[in-house]
Amino acid sequence: MFEFCADPSILPDWQWFACYLTSGTHWAFYRSFLVVILLLIITAPMALGMGMLGALALRSGFAPVNLLGRGYVNLIRGVPDIVFFLFVPIALGQGIEWVLHQINCPDWDQPIRQGNDFIVCREAKMPPVDASAWARNVYGFTMAIIAFALVFGAFVANTLYGAMQAVPRAQVETAESYGMTRRQAFRRIVLPQMWVFALPGLSNIWQILVKATPLLFLLGIQDAVFWARELGGAKTSLYTYPHPDWRVWYFLALLVFYLFLTWASERGFGWLTVRLSRGQATAEGERLRRRAA
Amino acid sequence: MRTCAESFQGYVLRPLGRDYGERLLPRGLDITFCDQLFLIGGGLLWNIYFAALAVGFGFFLAIGVALMKFSDNPWLWRPASGFVFLFRGSPLFIQFFFFYSAFILLPRTGIDIPLGFTTLTVQTSALTTAQVGGLFVLILNTTAYSAELFYGALRSVPKGDLEAADAYGMKGFTKFRRVIWPNMLRLAWPSYTNEVIFLTHSTTLVFLSAFPARQQSGEAFYYARYFVDQTFNPFVAYPLVAAYFIALTLAIIGLFGLANRRLNRHLPQARRQRIRFRPQYIR
Repeated sequence: MFEFCADPSILPDWQWFACYLTSGTHWAFYRSFLVVILLLIITAPMALGMGMLGALALRSGFAPVNLLGRGYVNLIRGVPDIVFFLFVPIALGQGIEWVLHQINCPDWDQPIRQGNDFIVCREAKMPPVDASAWARNVYGFTMAIIAFALVFGAFVANTLYGAMQAVPRAQVETAESYGMTRRQAFRRIVLPQMWVFALPGLSNIWQILVKATPLLFLLGIQDAVFWARELGGAKTSLYTYPHPDWRVWYFLALLVFYLFLTWASERGFGWLTVRLSRGQATAEGERLRRRAA
Repeated sequence: MRTCAESFQGYVLRPLGRDYGERLLPRGLDITFCDQLFLIGGGLLWNIYFAALAVGFGFFLAIGVALMKFSDNPWLWRPASGFVFLFRGSPLFIQFFFFYSAFILLPRTGIDIPLGFTTLTVQTSALTTAQVGGLFVLILNTTAYSAELFYGALRSVPKGDLEAADAYGMKGFTKFRRVIWPNMLRLAWPSYTNEVIFLTHSTTLVFLSAFPARQQSGEAFYYARYFVDQTFNPFVAYPLVAAYFIALTLAIIGLFGLANRRLNRHLPQARRQRIRFRPQYIR
């Protein structure tokens, strides 16, 4: 990074730290914070989409769809989600390989589960045998995102379902008496108004999602926790930057990062609540109207 | 192959240490269904240990912190709010890592605190074990979460009850013990039940983070993960551990439901708060 970094062992303190904190592995550490943010940005809309589907299934009058929605929401909410975070990627991975195996190698005569091994033919391996390290990382990350979206989708479904029920019934009835179909009334009346009711629940789920991101580490992804452990551990003089055990400082930095993230999202949701309450038939909306008048 | 009875004898108490059953865990092709059933079930002992002790200590600490946060004195409510923000705003998983890496920096021999006439030695070596250090983090964590619940309940103690207490001439501790405290507990109880459930579920994180499982003695989820690593089959161990946790959750709901009935026994039927199970597991 800096020119004077050629031989760090002779540098004075501040320059040593300037070099140390800009070394290649530290850039990987800083990038891993972006991975956390990336996960949040991708997972949140996916969970919202899953949640919307789940809520619509819960509302559906068609019995099998309704049952499916209820099964999904209750199963995931009833089991500790750490189980799901570890179960979904491996189960999904084996499921994909099994399907590919059935398609690509129909004349394979040996069983797939032999003792404790899960054996599929070469063409069915996912990610493919000759995939690059980068592709393998993306595959692992995608699995993690699916697991997160599945779990948080169930939480969101429950919140959105409650919010849809909370939209005043009289408004829907009025819409229907104007001749709107059930679908039109849902799209024009319920959908725009439900968000203000959903917001407290969604903000809660978002905070939980933020605090769940370090669990990526358990899925073998090189996230902030992984790098904090790697970089913080004691380094002998064999390394360019020898130092004693500094893990506590690295984890302190992580702690501060997460505190900032939750604090900032609290502020963000506060702003959003005010914004969405405008013109709503709620106490907050009434207060905004009075203040403006 | 072991029979089920042999598995039971060998593994049900194995989570307590290698002196309480087979020295080694079952490995590879040697793993039977009964091994998984009993070893994971035995691991549940540690989940109960962590949850019960953390709730036991955390309950009283939380009431203290909630009262501090509720007070008008900035020297009391500021540190209490800071503590609650710190532990509710950061992931428990990171808290485990942070505290573990701080504990291993403490001197092994203990810290000497000179008191003038004598020197007090605080033993610190135990803090690097999950059974003490992990429990310590769990206590702090549940204290923060429960304090926030109790603080909310303190704020919604009915005004009429407080006025009635004043009218009877109650003051200070008497007023707290006979009016504020029962009301606070009653109001906070349904959400406190949920908090206890979340805490029980988050005991699965103790051995997944930095704290080492000495002699391979860990809690239920630690063994579930061990079995999945060994057999590469997630469809047995994970559903098993999930079933155990559902049973544990139902037991907690039953137990706390009894307490809830007692706390609400003076109210007319319709006004009683029921416990609703609203799981949100991660903290």
